[in-house]
Amino acid sequence: MAYALQQLINGVTLGMIYGLIAVGYTMVYGIIGMINFAHGDVFMVGAFLSLISLVALSALGISSVPLALAITLILAAAIAGLYGWTIERVAYRPLRGSFRLAPLISAIGMSIVLQNFVQVSQGARAKPMPALIPGGWTLMRGEGGFAVQLSWMQIAVVVTTLVILAGFTWLVTRTPLGRAMRACEQDLKMASLLGIATDRTISLTFVIGAMLAAVAGLMFLLYYGVIDFFIGFIAGVKAFTAAVLGGVGSLPGAVLGGLAIGLIETFWSAYFSVQYKDVAAFSILVLVLIFMPTGLLGRADVEKV
Amino acid sequence: MADPPLRAPLLAVQNLAMRFGGLTAVDDLSFEVRAGEITAVIGPNGAGKTTVFNCITGFYRPSAGSLALTHADGARFALERMAGHRIARHARVARTFQNIRLFAGMTVLENLMVAQHNALMPHVAQGLLAVFGIGGYRALERDAVEQARFWLDAIGLTPRADDPAGALPYGAQRRLEIARAMCTHPVLLCLDEPAAGLNPRESDELSGLLLRIREGLSGQGCSLLLIEHDMGVVMRISDHVVVLDHGRKISDGTPAHVRDDPHVIAAYLGEGDEDDIQAEAVP
Amino acid sequence: MLRDAFLSALVALGLFGAMIGLKTDVGATALTLTPRPLAVAVAVGLVFVGRLALLAWKKARPPHATGPGALARRMARIGHFVAPLLLAFAVALPLFAGRYWLDMGILVLTYVMLGWGLNIVVGLAGLLDLGYVAFYAVGAYAYALLSTQLGLGFWTCLPLAGILAAFWGMLLGFPVLRLRGDYLAIVTLAFGEIIRVVLLNWVSLTGGPNGISGIPRPTLFGLTFTAGGGEGSFADFFGIEPSVSHRVIFLYYVILGLALLTNWVSLRLRRLPLGRAWEALREDEVACRSLGINVTVTKLTAFAIGAAFGGFAGAFFATRQAFVSPESFTFIESAVVLAIVVLGGLGSQLGVALAALVMIGGSEVFRDLAEYRMLIFGAALVVMMVVRPRGLVSGRAPSVALGSRKRIAAEMVTEGRG
Repeated sequence: MAYALQQLINGVTLGMIYGLIAVGYTMVYGIIGMINFAHGDVFMVGAFLSLISLVALSALGISSVPLALAITLILAAAIAGLYGWTIERVAYRPLRGSFRLAPLISAIGMSIVLQNFVQVSQGARAKPMPALIPGGWTLMRGEGGFAVQLSWMQIAVVVTTLVILAGFTWLVTRTPLGRAMRACEQDLKMASLLGIATDRTISLTFVIGAMLAAVAGLMFLLYYGVIDFFIGFIAGVKAFTAAVLGGVGSLPGAVLGGLAIGLIETFWSAYFSVQYKDVAAFSILVLVLIFMPTGLLGRADVEKV
Repeated sequence: MADPPLRAPLLAVQNLAMRFGGLTAVDDLSFEVRAGEITAVIGPNGAGKTTVFNCITGFYRPSAGSLALTHADGARFALERMAGHRIARHARVARTFQNIRLFAGMTVLENLMVAQHNALMPHVAQGLLAVFGIGGYRALERDAVEQARFWLDAIGLTPRADDPAGALPYGAQRRLEIARAMCTHPVLLCLDEPAAGLNPRESDELSGLLLRIREGLSGQGCSLLLIEHDMGVVMRISDHVVVLDHGRKISDGTPAHVRDDPHVIAAYLGEGDEDDIQAEAVP
Repeated sequence: MLRDAFLSALVALGLFGAMIGLKTDVGATALTLTPRPLAVAVAVGLVFVGRLALLAWKKARPPHATGPGALARRMARIGHFVAPLLLAFAVALPLFAGRYWLDMGILVLTYVMLGWGLNIVVGLAGLLDLGYVAFYAVGAYAYALLSTQLGLGFWTCLPLAGILAAFWGMLLGFPVLRLRGDYLAIVTLAFGEIIRVVLLNWVSLTGGPNGISGIPRPTLFGLTFTAGGGEGSFADFFGIEPSVSHRVIFLYYVILGLALLTNWVSLRLRRLPLGRAWEALREDEVACRSLGINVTVTKLTAFAIGAAFGGFAGAFFATRQAFVSPESFTFIESAVVLAIVVLGGLGSQLGVALAALVMIGGSEVFRDLAEYRMLIFGAALVVMMVVRPRGLVSGRAPSVALGSRKRIAAEMVTEGRG
């Protein structure tokens, strides 16, 4: 029981990170209908930017952890946003309205570029980072003295994610930009006929998605304390799985899907086998797609004949 | 009209209902399609005509009711329980689509060859053996090309046989889609608004083609079921008209009968909301 | 123009400033930071100059330059000459090329074969498969296990490997082929990863990350290619000096033969009802159903036949390397093969061969650049897609004609939703 509760806590934390990345996938997919394969690598870039920022800030003598984290959050998100903007501009915009597979290959190319760029510029070795927020809160002690821990780090991850997501939801539902984004998602051509600057809206979608991914990167760095240039691929695939699971195009669905993947993975690792945790996540994806092709919160796609 | 009771119904639609969630598109619909006739289904937009078609051709599974198809040799098929491709293959019901669905990147001839897929390749293993030249494929293909050429002549597209279907003018695409459906040797051909978007001359040609198909152009009996908004075409070629409104049948009979039926007039004009009137005006 | 280039440089500064400018290193106690202002300056300067040059080139280019469509048509026309020349070159290569070039030829041909195999699935049937490497892996491990555990020879295992891969293709394909477009893509990707993870962790069967080594080499009607010659070897039988290069040449012709077999079968199939049904499926699945074509079976055959060729290629890979490990079957392999197919021009056999030559050959030539190689490879993918989204040789030739066969422009052809 205590063990299960601990897994629940861990799973939710992990799920939040997946959810943040999944939102970026689902937004881009919703608007231009492409799998932004490079998104997982933007997450990885965000994690590296956070690492660089944290190390640089400590070198500059800023010892207050909350301040350093706040600055890092803003810096990493801003630069990652620039990455998102550039990627869209260079690799996707010239291909808009073209053949469906071309942007996909372009995105795969971009993903290779980002991975190897980070490998070249920051080295191939994994980068460990000491825990910034040590300690936690012992919730209860189960049988056999097993302590259920809720670390400050986990609280920080969950709370930050929730705040960011709340802000993001506000942005999408309440602001003119959000309205433009939703209009583009419904019908890109019509939105453009109605005077919405679709190019700008799409650019901003990539920027926002990249910023959320960077936040996820920071959370990942804090939570696991070690990153390398390859974390983007698996995290990206799982986040896309989360987006599909939640129903592609649905923002709450993406977060829900992220939580589901995080929980499945954690419980599977805890009770069955760590080696096969990726298999578990992917198998769930396959099962969901076969039996519930629109995902948890997706719109039914009635076949027009 | 000939003596109806002597003719067996080719297709008997009984108590057909189709619901999408809370929306009832077709409700308790019954009518018959008799062999050797052209039956038209008309009605205002949103009356459920295309839904009926999709049920008959297996694209939707009806919520209730039965669709019984009887071949001339007495073979019977319960269409409501069959998968779409089996309906086309075994029950021999072919269809065209409201928004033309040709294989745009393939040539006109290839479109007609694809339609003869099951004749050319009765079984997957046979299709694979053909790679090595086993299984008498050559003779089959020769026949298929001849069949295609026959229909190309019938629709006047022989000179364009090797052009991509997507490059044809609109009217020719409509005719090609009908020819493609005929290449499956159907006993029942379902046409979803075949005259939509055609000019009067093309409309006339189309009427002529449909009448020739009914008279046995394909060498075997083929009945037609069509959805059409162009009343000129409907009145001229139909033997039997079924009128739908809001998913229910409101009239059923000869063209002259339904034309004078007050229910029909009411549905189209009388208590009409504006949409319905526009629907009639705009093809 | 200067302003534009300046802005690009500014963006580059933002992108590279932290990433290149501050390198983190694992120090004795904590991470240390090494500033590298010079590297940033070089990178930003390169972007500035590159952007300027690009803009200048765009301006200088005559407005009536040949569009991509015209170029594609020209490529298709010269294809009539290029294809036989390429074939003759491929057949004659061992006569004059050294060991290095033969090895590269083997590598390129392996990818040509994989590309042709995947072309059946993606190019003809329009099913987006991101996990093709799974079947490559199945073939490779099938041969590795059958030969090391049961002692079966290469020529017995080759068909078995293909059949096994096709079987897996059907097994995996059956539940997922109802899915459309990107869903299918992501599920095939997931399957690719699942197979890799299983290979990595089923240590008792596959040796886990250590892989399987000591896989026997193929023989020519029982003649071996051992370096020392000896009884029953190729050199002994023909009474010539034993040489390692015999085996390389033999392997080269084996893969050339396999690749040509793939090509022949796909060209044949395209003109048969099955291949036509695949293409029709790519064009419009709903119309296919209305014509009585069993969509699931048709998709499944495309998937299975594509997988079988992947399996053949895998078996060849295993015998050539004499060693297999899960490392060789990562997603990046699937991505490379898919990129070859798309860059070649969907459905074009010649295009796929050219794309494999350019991409695999090119990336081998740049092997000296070490870690920059993949960076350039990725960038090249992006650039090639931006410049030629329809691939090198686009458009399709009709499979049957009453009169003369006219090529169909790529703009007409849909790429499929599956």
